[in-house]
Amino acid sequence: MSSLESLAPGSEIDGFRVINRLHIGGTAHLFSVEVIKGPDPGFPLVMKVPRVGHDQPTESILGFETEAMILPALKGAHVPRFVAAGDLARVPYLTMEWLQGTGLAAIATTAPLPEARVLKLGASVADAVHALHQQNTIHHDLKPDNIIIREDETAVLLDFGFAHHAHFPDFLAEEKRFASGSAPYVSPEQLTGSRADPRSDIFALGVVLYELATGKLPFGVPDTLNAMKNRLWASPAPPRTRVPSIPPWLQEVILRCLEPDPAARYQSAAHVALDLRNPEQVLLTARANRTERAGFMTQFGLWWRSRGERHALNRNPQVLISESPVIMVAVDTSHPDDERHQALQWTARQMASLNLEFRLICVSAIRAASIGESGGVADTSSGLQLVHKVRLRNWIEPLRLPAHRVSLHVLESGDPAATLLEFAKSNNVDLIVLGAPAPNETSLAWWRSVASTVTANAHCSVHVVRVPSRSREDWNRPDNFAA
Amino acid sequence: MQIALLSDIHANVQALQSCLDDARTKGATRFVFLGDLVGYGADPGGVIDVIAQYVAEGAIAVRGNHDEAIYGSSIYMNDMAMSAINYAKRVLAPAQITFLQNLPMIVREDTCCFVHASAASPEKYSYVDSPTAAERCAGASELPHTFCGHVHEQRLYFAARGPRMTVFRPTPGVAVPVPAHRRWVALVGSVGQPRDHNPKAAYAIFDTEQVSITFCRVPYDHHAAAARIREVGLPESIAYRVESGI
Repeated sequence: MSSLESLAPGSEIDGFRVINRLHIGGTAHLFSVEVIKGPDPGFPLVMKVPRVGHDQPTESILGFETEAMILPALKGAHVPRFVAAGDLARVPYLTMEWLQGTGLAAIATTAPLPEARVLKLGASVADAVHALHQQNTIHHDLKPDNIIIREDETAVLLDFGFAHHAHFPDFLAEEKRFASGSAPYVSPEQLTGSRADPRSDIFALGVVLYELATGKLPFGVPDTLNAMKNRLWASPAPPRTRVPSIPPWLQEVILRCLEPDPAARYQSAAHVALDLRNPEQVLLTARANRTERAGFMTQFGLWWRSRGERHALNRNPQVLISESPVIMVAVDTSHPDDERHQALQWTARQMASLNLEFRLICVSAIRAASIGESGGVADTSSGLQLVHKVRLRNWIEPLRLPAHRVSLHVLESGDPAATLLEFAKSNNVDLIVLGAPAPNETSLAWWRSVASTVTANAHCSVHVVRVPSRSREDWNRPDNFAA
Repeated sequence: MQIALLSDIHANVQALQSCLDDARTKGATRFVFLGDLVGYGADPGGVIDVIAQYVAEGAIAVRGNHDEAIYGSSIYMNDMAMSAINYAKRVLAPAQITFLQNLPMIVREDTCCFVHASAASPEKYSYVDSPTAAERCAGASELPHTFCGHVHEQRLYFAARGPRMTVFRPTPGVAVPVPAHRRWVALVGSVGQPRDHNPKAAYAIFDTEQVSITFCRVPYDHHAAAARIREVGLPESIAYRVESGI
């Protein structure tokens, strides 16, 4: 087995030829390889070969086996594509997509980054974490070293050696010694043995955001387990004390991710992404304007409480996400008197009453302001935006939802269906709610195609709301076609 | 090759047929019956006839405590279970009882060990209901893959490091890799009397090429099975358990 570690360029294993050694790591070596037998996958490949032997800690081989089990089960743009795995007892290796992009670690060396850059990168990483959680997987080792930013700015997560997949046995679950994550990024509950709480990744995401925004690590680089454990109760220096130009809302987002109690953090990475993309919607609490670490008595209280939190709850990622949905309601503010508005409001009210940790995105897709009308384009556009935003606010007000749960968006577009679909996808929406077309609505011809196009092409579920009092028989009565 | 693993059928011929159909649809070509063919249910003879036919065609079947209770006297049973054993004794033909008598306790084949309760003293019918019990079972089996029934719930025990075992609750329908360099003890659940508040019949498929195990749940007409139990005059509590999966 150990001969694999010293593969020379040109060596052949299981239909792959080694091109170059890329990296000598503590637990594994990386080689660039090409396919010599079988179909070419059409993208560059990297082969990961674990270091094995008596001098290697057992966790590293358990980690390799964990990655070889979980990576083939993962899909999507936020993970490297799996190609092949060698038999662990014979030739242990893992061949996967070699990602072309910039390591977030390299970007982080230039931190503190400008606010806009932190938001963009942070939201991309949050999207990637959410995509992983949707696949019932917890990364457990989120840090810039394990994140690649593609040219189109999407983030890809690497290294699933500490990951946990709810559908597979967890080889690291019984490790008595601290076995999961990297010291600066590890969550408090991981330190007390939790292996099954997706909110651990939210904490690590908070550390990454803190690092990008301030250029510092919130808890430094502790070298002992005891030194790491101060995060069970200690609050980090507020980001704004490090970089005063950081806005209060960004400090709010970062410190909320870094709450020692998982229940006090964001419950879904999609909500972190949503807030990073919609700063004006962030609910500011005392965290936003904190100018110093928590006082002695507060920290003592947290320390005292942390003594009892030795056993974190296991939370299935998919269940947690289903309890923290992002719901998008498409409201037709161009026709404020449409009778479907009330039916839509009732549906939104029903969803709000489910007592979930939900976010409601209210969207109005309006026709783009045409050039050449009275006034400049910008004026026309912003005037229209304001009119429709006010209508949206009036629409949602009767529901009396807490402000931080709701965001309002007016999107100008020549193709409302495509705009709604794109907006839903980029905001990790779990459910789209919109009105059904009525057969006799000639004045709203586009609406019909919106409902059906969205339903047919959405990446998520679509709830089509019909006015309850109208049955198909009613529609078919001739008098309904009079107008 | 896909090996279907069916245990604790408990004279429930409706559930057995549904699981066999499901397994064949999923590509199973070999069948292993992990004991407790009879007991509790209304059709012990029907179940034995189906399984005897499979055994004649090369399937493996091992003995469970309810099977032994039909002809042995040393097996302890509660009153509810005993009434079903007495019923089975009345309705089974001598040839069917002989089939039960001839069942082996434990079978080893390639990387696999098949046993009803635990490979550690199979004749004692001890429950693999803890990591320690699983460790004893895997130790006695001496093979990477040990398949058992008896506990009526689906569980997968595995040794991450050393002999110590960890329990995992499998998700039905997901193929879990079970590489042979580790020790695995799979409890395949019960075909005829699931007890996890889910009346769907339970079994598992072992894929010898992918070296993976998939735990399966199969909906079947459990009301018909319960109705048969009432029809033949067995205790209402048995019918209720089959209906509610408890």
